[in-house]
Amino acid sequence: MSSFLLQRLMQALLLLLIVSMIGFAILHLAPGGPMSQFAAGGDMTQADLDRIAEQLGLNRPLPVQYAEWLWRMLSGDWGNSYRDQQPVLHIIAGHLGPTLELMLTSTLLAMLLGAWIGIIGAVNRYSLFDGIATIGTMIALSIPTFWFGLVVIYVFSVGLGWLPSGNRFTIGDGSFLNRLHHLIGPCIVLALVSTAVWSRYMRSSMLDVINQDFVRTARAKGVPERRILMTHVLRNALLPMITITGLHVPSLLSGALVTETVFTWPGMGRLFLDSISYRDYPVVMGILMFTAVMVLLGSLLADLLYGVADPRIARSGR
Amino acid sequence: MTKHSDGKSCGKSRGNSTLALPMPAIHRRDMLALGAGGLLAASGFGGARAQTKAAPPPPAKPTGQVVVGLSQEPTAFNPLMPGIEVDETVWMQIFNTMWLAQPDGSLVPDLAVEIPSEANGGISEGGLAWKVKLREGVTWHDGAPFTAEDVKYTLELINAPGFKARTRVGHSLVKDIKVTGPLEISWRMEKAYAPYLALLSNTFIVPKHLLEKAADPNTAPYNAAPVGTGPFKWGTRTPGDNIQLVANEKYHGKGPYLERAVLKYVPDQTALYAQFRTGQVDLIIGTGIPANFYAEAVKLPGRKVMKIPSASLEILMPNLENPVLKDKAVRKALYASINKQAIIDIIYYGLHTPTESFAPQESWAYNPNLPKQSYDLALANKILDDAGWKRSGSGTRMKDGVPLTFAVSTTTGAALREQAQQLMMQDWQQIGVKMTINNMPAAVIWGDFYTRSKFDSLLVGTAFRTVIDPDPAHRFGSDAIPAKNGNGANQMQWQNAEADALMKDGQTTFDQAKRKAIYVKLQELVREELPILPIYQYAPVEGYKEGLIGFEPNVNARQNTWNMGVWYWAR
Repeated sequence: MSSFLLQRLMQALLLLLIVSMIGFAILHLAPGGPMSQFAAGGDMTQADLDRIAEQLGLNRPLPVQYAEWLWRMLSGDWGNSYRDQQPVLHIIAGHLGPTLELMLTSTLLAMLLGAWIGIIGAVNRYSLFDGIATIGTMIALSIPTFWFGLVVIYVFSVGLGWLPSGNRFTIGDGSFLNRLHHLIGPCIVLALVSTAVWSRYMRSSMLDVINQDFVRTARAKGVPERRILMTHVLRNALLPMITITGLHVPSLLSGALVTETVFTWPGMGRLFLDSISYRDYPVVMGILMFTAVMVLLGSLLADLLYGVADPRIARSGR
Repeated sequence: MTKHSDGKSCGKSRGNSTLALPMPAIHRRDMLALGAGGLLAASGFGGARAQTKAAPPPPAKPTGQVVVGLSQEPTAFNPLMPGIEVDETVWMQIFNTMWLAQPDGSLVPDLAVEIPSEANGGISEGGLAWKVKLREGVTWHDGAPFTAEDVKYTLELINAPGFKARTRVGHSLVKDIKVTGPLEISWRMEKAYAPYLALLSNTFIVPKHLLEKAADPNTAPYNAAPVGTGPFKWGTRTPGDNIQLVANEKYHGKGPYLERAVLKYVPDQTALYAQFRTGQVDLIIGTGIPANFYAEAVKLPGRKVMKIPSASLEILMPNLENPVLKDKAVRKALYASINKQAIIDIIYYGLHTPTESFAPQESWAYNPNLPKQSYDLALANKILDDAGWKRSGSGTRMKDGVPLTFAVSTTTGAALREQAQQLMMQDWQQIGVKMTINNMPAAVIWGDFYTRSKFDSLLVGTAFRTVIDPDPAHRFGSDAIPAKNGNGANQMQWQNAEADALMKDGQTTFDQAKRKAIYVKLQELVREELPILPIYQYAPVEGYKEGLIGFEPNVNARQNTWNMGVWYWAR
């Protein structure tokens, strides 16, 4: 087990290096740069722009910039934001809380609801419920998030006045109820798509198991249907879900780009979007590396958990 | 109408200290909001003034809060370092300048006791020697007294070699700064430079005693929690969301009357408007309310929505080094065949005002007698025929083997601008001009493509002056072409000896009447030579909740939070 872990960690480090090189190259080679926000003002002279570019180190060759960035990164200094002047780690940390709050709530909601729909759908395959769930899933997956977010705001905030039209809480009132109230809108939007995804996974995973020999045997032995479903089918059907959950971890931390923007949620997704549009290289690279680490950790976690959940996998081939 | 500056000048040398200089302001945001071009609207205002008729008196002590909605996030808090226009919403509250421009264009003293002029001896030796007396009894937010040393430190820091100063325009001419008393400062200029008065109205003074201790002022912790002399003190900041400022109860001027001011960042303009509608933000300033919501917004109950004056222009910026566009006849023909009124009425909901000048219509230097453009395709055809541009088989004109074709670029996703491009394309097609569209994302277009004049032509919102002074030398000067190693922002690459001479005179003359004559002439020259094709003058739509007293649009300020210190709620 430990050699497996070591091997996976080595792979992960190599992957991170490659990700950083590709990310850095794409970001810096893409046309446009951080100077554009200052240049657009018109009251900056060319000498001002050149001076700022030099102070930001943007006038040096790309490989030199990369080497410097990598060295600083390895020594724990993720650099300072061009736009914000603050340390990148500090900025990322500031956006993690809101993202976790939103993503955990909506994911939990989507997982429970999705699993329920998936299980009922699989058990009563081709029933009316299953049909409606299937069509509903298709619609949910096809709706553009941006549009749906605006519809939710238009209907529930502007029209009915039930929900706030955005923000994490009312400034001056950070109470639990106030926060909960603000969570509802973005959660509905995020959960819509995720529930659809989770229900499809759950349904197909259940169907895989439901037709297997041991289930038929159990049924033949007269085990009550409810017990078969709960102990035999569901338990086995949850195995692939572990992998999916593990792979879902990064998105918990990287946030939901569109939803956070529409609902003015100060999370990681919006930070990423803002930083890209300002070509804030240090922050974009910081988020990129942070997300890459999370993806690798998530898949590692999934592998390990899978082994724990199903000892056959842990023993074989490793 | 209560004015921020009344308080500042009262008790001191009020009255004789006000210098009447109507000087509209440059608006950086219009360039940045290129993508949101359609969201900005035409001039005409008055809602704010109307509501103050029966305004109740301000509260005895700071009360309540205001939530200001912004579509860009303020992130740079050291007012001397590179920042974008929206950062000024914070700087204006935390810091003060030596004098401040009013909506009517006059400058009133703020940290200074009076505005230096040749008449009061503050400016002498033909503009080379400056002397300023400073206000007594001003304290920094930490309690330390404000002195002339702070002003000296600020001016020196801007020019310090390693410091990331936002701009050194004008400041680099300052030499021999001397503190001649605790509240007296003098300096010399390398050459006479009249716009420096305007530049100082936008130069925020920072505290020496805090910044000089920092190992590196570029990265000082101060920059994330600034201390100033302004009506509000730094409170808290939630990055990506909001900034909270709290009342400075020891402020030297009138106010502040609000206990807290929240600057709320809502990046999506539709979402921002929704929050204004549902009452989560009390006002929208800056990029404003999208033009397509204007008609609806003015009818919202409990909201005051108005078009506010802006100094920015929508122009077609030709690159005069382009083989086609360098021909004046081509520019004249193109200009005659732009259907300005259709662009304004059909695309921009009739909000904007057509213009012929590079100077805003509120400016004291504005020339109202320029020839008016009329949409005339026959005239355009004739101009091109006379200039030897012959129609070829494909319908596109040619001259000396060069086809009359060029690209117009603007920011990707600026839907209303894209429609304007299409209108122009159709009109120009009829006079044998082939126009192509070459749009790019903001971060691309404002890079080398713009600064190094790599475009054929741009459809852009911008202004031509120095801060609030009508001097356009860094936009029109022959020595201001970055693509030719110049130091400025003459991206059109316009070179004209007569214009250069006029602008030089305008900079070295301090007499406003003489300067006006100079700029009136310069506007005639620009209208004739067409280094820019002016289309309309902007005015964004801003709005606030009824009951907010004191909001006053100011064409001479960069943001309409300029007088937030005197805002309060009617109770």
